[in-house]
Amino acid sequence: MPGDAIDQSLAVRLDTFRREHGDLVRFDRVSEMVVEVVACVRKGVVDQNLVLIRELETLASYIRNIKHEIASVRPDEIQQRYLPTATDELDAIVESTETATNAILAAAEVISDIAATMEGTGADRMMDVTTSIYEACSFQDITGQRIGKVVKALKVIEARIDRLTQTFSSEIEEMMNPAGAEAQAGDASLLNGPQLPEFAKNQDEIDALFG
Amino acid sequence: MAVDKNMNILIVDDYKTMLRILRNLLKQLGFDHVEEAADGSAALQVLRGSGHFGLVISDWNMEPMTGLQLLREVRADAKLKSTPFIMVTAESKSENVIAAKEAGVSNYIVKPFNAATLKSKMVSVLGDF
Repeated sequence: MPGDAIDQSLAVRLDTFRREHGDLVRFDRVSEMVVEVVACVRKGVVDQNLVLIRELETLASYIRNIKHEIASVRPDEIQQRYLPTATDELDAIVESTETATNAILAAAEVISDIAATMEGTGADRMMDVTTSIYEACSFQDITGQRIGKVVKALKVIEARIDRLTQTFSSEIEEMMNPAGAEAQAGDASLLNGPQLPEFAKNQDEIDALFG
Repeated sequence: MAVDKNMNILIVDDYKTMLRILRNLLKQLGFDHVEEAADGSAALQVLRGSGHFGLVISDWNMEPMTGLQLLREVRADAKLKSTPFIMVTAESKSENVIAAKEAGVSNYIVKPFNAATLKSKMVSVLGDF
């Protein structure tokens, strides 16, 4: 019973006393009245506690559900597998585009050097083309910076997941499926895309597998 | 006064590819004396060394010292303060440009850029060549 309801109940009870006994009450009736008033208040407090207990139960159930949801997302896998893989793959993109860009630039420099030894419109045209190649190669700098921003964002996500798992660690560990929720099977497990350079087999190693 | 194409130019960028592109574009514009630095502090060491530099072309976002910090150091240095300084950066927000202007940048190029833009900004800073 909320506080206002208790007040109203008391007021009704006191009005009833006043109507039945007037403003002057005998001393022995006072103790009876006090017992009745205390009983009234106690009932109200118990009712109020029941409401609170019900609300707490709802809240506990909500928190339990959230923990199950967190566990089903497998934060340990995200933290230990997906985020490091994503970061490594992005680093590999930067590295491979840098290598490719430098190869293109080296070729353009050779063309530019040859053009410098020539005369006429052909030489000018070759020089213009190499300028265009130099300009186009600046994409590597921009993509590198953009990928750097993505890596930073992934690190923020990793730190937040770390905080989340630390908060609920022991409880959600019990709820997680140890086998890994998204383990691939069959042919799907063979679809891994390009490997990072340190894990990739080179053509000689592939040839060796053919004996 | 004619621009001395034999002057030293310092290019500053943490991406080796960008340094290579800038060096090649400057070579095509006739500037062969180009030095490189990978960040602001390395650039400051080069600038405070023995040579004289007629132009600094610097990226902004570098570690440990950014291009903006380099610019402020250059403008605060009695010997270097009049060195023309062009910022070449992907930082294209107006507050960046304002901050660079307040720090005393000579001109500002947004990446990606082309050779014509580089030349026109150099002309506006150094004079026609």
